[in-house]
Amino acid sequence: MAATPVTDAQWPTEVLESDLPVLVDFWAEWCGPCRMVGPIVDQIAAEQAGKLKVLKLNVDENPATARDYGIMSIPTLLVMKGGEEAKRIVGAKGKAQLEADLAAFL
Amino acid sequence: MSETVTDAIHDVIILGSGPAGLTAAVYAGRANLHPLLVEGVVEGGPTGGQLTLTTDVENFPGFSEGIMGPELIAQMRAQAERFGTSFVTEDVVRAELGSHPFVLETASGVELRARALIVATGAKPRRLDVPGEDELWGSGVSACATCDGFFFRDRHVVVVGGGDSAMEEATFLTKFASKVTIVHRREEFRASAIMIDRARRNERIEYALNATVARVNGADGVVSSVTLEDTVTGEQRDLPCDGMFLAIGHIPNTGLFEGVLDTDEEGYLVVEEPSTRTKVEGVFACGDVMDHTYRQAVTAAGTGCKAAIDAERWLADQDD
Repeated sequence: MAATPVTDAQWPTEVLESDLPVLVDFWAEWCGPCRMVGPIVDQIAAEQAGKLKVLKLNVDENPATARDYGIMSIPTLLVMKGGEEAKRIVGAKGKAQLEADLAAFL
Repeated sequence: MSETVTDAIHDVIILGSGPAGLTAAVYAGRANLHPLLVEGVVEGGPTGGQLTLTTDVENFPGFSEGIMGPELIAQMRAQAERFGTSFVTEDVVRAELGSHPFVLETASGVELRARALIVATGAKPRRLDVPGEDELWGSGVSACATCDGFFFRDRHVVVVGGGDSAMEEATFLTKFASKVTIVHRREEFRASAIMIDRARRNERIEYALNATVARVNGADGVVSSVTLEDTVTGEQRDLPCDGMFLAIGHIPNTGLFEGVLDTDEEGYLVVEEPSTRTKVEGVFACGDVMDHTYRQAVTAAGTGCKAAIDAERWLADQDD
């Protein structure tokens, strides 16, 4: 299972009201490093199914959420827990490093 | 990662996934060497190299209308794959070149073995190393206009640098920003005439010359200004802005080979010109990691081709 797309409109229900912690990948087509992180995020989505909800938000199509959260650089990954930002990971990272960053939420 | 990838002794492993590494892979693949290409993820910059951070590449021969950097890299990778290249997507954390076969250890602890090694690890953007830069990195400070320019719509940003990439980034950023100030430590630019002209004609671009950035100011993850220092008078002043993009050159990715391969005074790997041989037999270097002069996609591809041919001939000599 790959990361599921999420929109500005879906943000409250899909993210803020989620029972599971949520990992959101802020990305865009024109972002080279995002293309590299995307498949890693998809792998994490598959491997952590049931423990972590994994979403991706296209900042081109959904600028409001990116603006609300002060995203100034992509890729940025947010971990949202109980409707609050619990962790912010800015810039491309390898899988091992991402898993270490996420360990506290799994 | 398949068993065959990890257990085998490869004829040739290529480190690096930019135009140098991928061209080496195309040539080595066509020479039936079944190359393994290790495409790093973080340490040396993004997978696919610096071209993945650019937009239009207008000077790569064969593309008369230009081609997007990431697309050019995707095409090269597909071409390498077509001729039998396998890929491992991980950073290498250790290179053991003291005995044969060479051993490379990846971030996840896998050891890869090769008879010949082609180093095409490229270079990564240089940082200013001033207060505020690290704290605000990714929050207004960036080295990738194509990634982050989008977030500066109708804002004022500064671009630091005086070469082609500074002109290109500044011009690109005017698509979003209302004003771009190029900060350069000298009066004259190193950039090529066509790039300077293009920037000069752009009404949104202003200049702060004979100036360096002494500090990046901001709070709560937002840049508010940069403190500029006049390189002639030493006077400091604050320039209000919302972001800072760096285009002050690159540092070659040679950390894996410290004390093993020779570097020149600027830190680039030394090869036995006109070949791509390094001082360690069976290790070849190509692309920006060994080129402090040209640093073009096409020259990187050219030296990648040379490295593959050098490696192929060296391997053939070993078998004689």
